[in-house]
Amino acid sequence: MKKGQREKQCSRRAFLQGAAIGLASIAVPVGSSDASIWEAFFQKHFREMNANEKKEVIERLEEEYARKFNVKFNIKTTQAVPGTLFGYGLDLSRCIGCRRCVYACVRENNQSRDPQIHWITVLRFESGEKFVHDLEEADKYYNPEKVPEEGHFYMPVQCQQCENPPCVKACPTQATWKEPDGIVVIDYNWCIGCRYCMAACPYGARRFNWGEPRIARSELNTETHYLGNRPRYKGIVEKCTFCIQRTRGNPGRYPACVEICPVGARKFGNLLDPESEIRYIIENKRVFRLKEDINTSPKFFYFFAT
Amino acid sequence: MMRDLAKIFRTLTVLAGVVFASGTVMAGDDGMKFFVPPPPFSEGIFPCSQCHEGMEANPTRRELTFHTEISRGFNHAKEQRWCLDCHNPDDRDRLRLASGRLISFEESEYLCGQCHGTIFRDWRVGVHGKRTGYWNGKKMYRLCVHCHSPHWPRFQPLKPLPPPVEPSAIEYRELPEERIPLNPLRNVNDRFSKEYPIDGE
Repeated sequence: MKKGQREKQCSRRAFLQGAAIGLASIAVPVGSSDASIWEAFFQKHFREMNANEKKEVIERLEEEYARKFNVKFNIKTTQAVPGTLFGYGLDLSRCIGCRRCVYACVRENNQSRDPQIHWITVLRFESGEKFVHDLEEADKYYNPEKVPEEGHFYMPVQCQQCENPPCVKACPTQATWKEPDGIVVIDYNWCIGCRYCMAACPYGARRFNWGEPRIARSELNTETHYLGNRPRYKGIVEKCTFCIQRTRGNPGRYPACVEICPVGARKFGNLLDPESEIRYIIENKRVFRLKEDINTSPKFFYFFAT
Repeated sequence: MMRDLAKIFRTLTVLAGVVFASGTVMAGDDGMKFFVPPPPFSEGIFPCSQCHEGMEANPTRRELTFHTEISRGFNHAKEQRWCLDCHNPDDRDRLRLASGRLISFEESEYLCGQCHGTIFRDWRVGVHGKRTGYWNGKKMYRLCVHCHSPHWPRFQPLKPLPPPVEPSAIEYRELPEERIPLNPLRNVNDRFSKEYPIDGE
């Protein structure tokens, strides 16, 4: 190494001086309103928190949302019901492509209206078109006067809740994981917005908040779950959670998309219960899963009832 | 063996469906109860006996003078079917199965199930048709006639809700509260989006 170069390197004294100034500048936010910033910064990973710590986080978030939206939010942390593994069925011979599921999901799950975020995409194909692997060929902007249209069929796509989810493997901060009931969830406070999970998802199911999510106050759903439909932030990723705030419970409600579907094409239930609707479908109908060959093992089953 | 027994039990309980005024209790396997909303009559049309009482039954295929919309639009196996194949000529407030058994309008699915056996089978297990309620609890079923008019059963086309914003139309903007786009579902108000409460919830 040359002598001149060495002199340009940081001396011990300069380093310590700089470090002291740096630390002092970090310590600037003081006072009660800034305490939550620190608490948020040092928040533990959701799965490492005990009940008490979760309660504190929920209280802080509810306060934060009340300040931001001027509405009282209720944030649940309901855990998975033991003995459940959620599965979904979608009858392609029934779907008419009316997109009601898309907007029922938006309403239930507080998706941003502007910039627009939809967790469900309804794809339209020409009859006879090869579709299982060529989703790119599909049209998602179709807008006729009436559906279904002659010579077309429709396939809604959303998070497939893989048993072997590639998005989870890609996440560098473990902000997304698979819960015991099979739902792949995201902790919006741990997501750093790197979007690796979006690149890893073979189904294009994840959405990124490119801007500050905006929802009219009259349309906020204040019944929320920490891992589900609570309001999100700019710069984080979100996706379908099988309506975790509705479905986790005993009894648990059907997801919003199931309840809105006018043709009853959407089915939901417990894969571990041999008497459930979804098990009947898997055992008695012609079922396939999207991109089965890549071994993601989705718990979202497309089927043909007729 | 246990499963077979459960299936037989389920079938029996379904067949023994008990009728209530506001909603029909359909079945009771595993302590679960399935409900259907009341049948979707046109306003003021039921009971049929209010007009048909004392009227002579006329089985001839013809252009009707009162239920004109039905006779004109009739499109349900029209070569084979006419009114009295399903409607009971003697007691007009009930429907008649091929066996001669009379059933109420609240359990009309048995009538449909006579021909559409495979669909009826799927409906009972919850695969055909819309359900709301609880995936592990009480479920609200729908009667066949809530979605399919018995006189022209094909599901009627619907207007789709708007497509997603195309990438070319996305712009950076900070809208004031009152200009944030509203959910188009607000304007949808038809029989398919009607919610039926379970247990008065």
